[in-house]
Amino acid sequence: MTAHPLGNGGRLAAIHGWLLLLPAAVLLAAFTHYPAVATFWHSLFTTPRGNRPARFIGADHYRDLLADPIFWTALQNNLVFAAGTILPSIALAMAMALWVNARIAGRGLLRLAYFTPTVLPMIAVANIWLFFYTPDYGLFDQLRGLFGLPAVNWLGSGDTALGAVIVVTVWKEAGFFMIFYLAALQQIPPELGEAAQLEGASRWQRFWRVTFPLLMPTTLFVLINATINAFRLVDHLFVLTRGGPDNATSLLLYYIYEVGFKFWDQGYAAALTMVLLSLLATVALLKFFWLERKVHYQ
Amino acid sequence: MSESAQLTRALVRPIASPAPSGLLADGRIDRMLNTTGAWALGLLWLAPLLYAVWTAFHPGAYSTRFDLLAPLTLENFRAAWAAAPFPRYFLNTSILVATILAGQLVLGTLAAYAFARFSFPGRDIAFALVLIQLMIMPDVLVVENYRSIHALGLVDTIPAMALPYMASAFGIFLLRQTFKTIPRELEEAARIEGCGTLGILWRVYVPLAKPTYLAYALVSMSHHWNNFLWPLIVTNTVETRPLTVGLAVFAGTDQGIDWAIITAATLLASSPLLIAFLLFQRQFVQSFLRAGIR
Repeated sequence: MTAHPLGNGGRLAAIHGWLLLLPAAVLLAAFTHYPAVATFWHSLFTTPRGNRPARFIGADHYRDLLADPIFWTALQNNLVFAAGTILPSIALAMAMALWVNARIAGRGLLRLAYFTPTVLPMIAVANIWLFFYTPDYGLFDQLRGLFGLPAVNWLGSGDTALGAVIVVTVWKEAGFFMIFYLAALQQIPPELGEAAQLEGASRWQRFWRVTFPLLMPTTLFVLINATINAFRLVDHLFVLTRGGPDNATSLLLYYIYEVGFKFWDQGYAAALTMVLLSLLATVALLKFFWLERKVHYQ
Repeated sequence: MSESAQLTRALVRPIASPAPSGLLADGRIDRMLNTTGAWALGLLWLAPLLYAVWTAFHPGAYSTRFDLLAPLTLENFRAAWAAAPFPRYFLNTSILVATILAGQLVLGTLAAYAFARFSFPGRDIAFALVLIQLMIMPDVLVVENYRSIHALGLVDTIPAMALPYMASAFGIFLLRQTFKTIPRELEEAARIEGCGTLGILWRVYVPLAKPTYLAYALVSMSHHWNNFLWPLIVTNTVETRPLTVGLAVFAGTDQGIDWAIITAATLLASSPLLIAFLLFQRQFVQSFLRAGIR
């Protein structure tokens, strides 16, 4: 594409194009590109305080980071959180979509049920889950009580807190991802399944040989989103655990918030943000160079 | 998918009979198992909401024991409404969501038009730069964005909450895809009639992209109605605080507030979206479907 096809002249078209782009470009540059670069720059400086201006310290923050046990805990938690949320929410989303795409009793209601968590504010539903997890009289402990099991401090114990947070996240996300699978399923011509059926393929075989491969592009899309979300979703932590107990549920972004806005150490928070940015960049590169090729079958 | 799908469809058509369609429709037992499983999961998914409704409409004493004969009450809602400035929070959130949406629609339309129908040097690089935002959302850059907002003197204002989200890569991408499907002949016809660049955009492209606008608006509104972290960081007074932050502040001051009141407040904060969702369920899901496809 070179000249504008409407004969207005290439230069005029270029000027118009850039003018149309300008407002969005300015804001994108100001709140996405500039901060991404500035984060790196500021991670090399101390945090300015009162009458002490920022001072260049090179890689000191990164050295601190390597020696910071809370950082390692948060990073490890975040990887566990990613592993614990991504696959279960995708698998559940796929099952939900298959169900509400088939002729099932109460299909409309079911769609509603699965999708409801998506429209509720995370901060609001976290309040409800907080109550479920309350020791002794919360829903889970009441159920356990019926079987004579002892109370568990789900959110207060380092062994169960992260798992409890993961459950809430999966509950919140699966219904959202379901929508994308539902869209993909509705685009698959029913003849494909029928053809396989005529050839004697079982339901299971039809799913794995026909439907599942056709859903791969959607799975990739959902996988990328789920991965980004795994490093982005922290709202429920503010209500459920505040990163505790003893940082057992601290995730990277939550730790960045604490360092940056509770301890007001923005230089160190910038170094932490760089770690988060590199993780997200890795996700992006994986998408572009590896998965893209694997998924686009001919 | 297209070639193989078409090929298979062509091969199958002559013998395709009205066989049971859908992948999960084989035997009766199978169907029963699937229905049971689907509904068990559905109930599990609805449980928190059902529980919140139960607790909010009953006296505090019943929030931990289920008694079908428990008296109904609206007292919890009254108490919650009186205990925090919810009207103010609702107003703040509404202004915030409207501001962001207006900005996103205008900026997104202009940029999408440029990407879809103009060729200029640097266009592809610019587009790649826009798509970066799909990976690195403003939520991740809170530290640096707070610096900028602080430098602009905008801390604790509604523009501060809105600015980082006004240029949305997702919106630009979605509208660009839609604009690309609109036949150029329509644009040429409008140009012959004497329309300028913006006139064509307004008279031809915007009306034809209405379904995309609706879908995007629903996605954007529900996202920003629920947004929490960034508003938490840039607001610190009742005058600007949105609902989500207000709710967190409210529920965080534990002493003396019981569960029934907290669930009532939680339902209050979620109710506009929840009601909108119940009323427009079909359109809502459809719009997410449409928004997700491209």
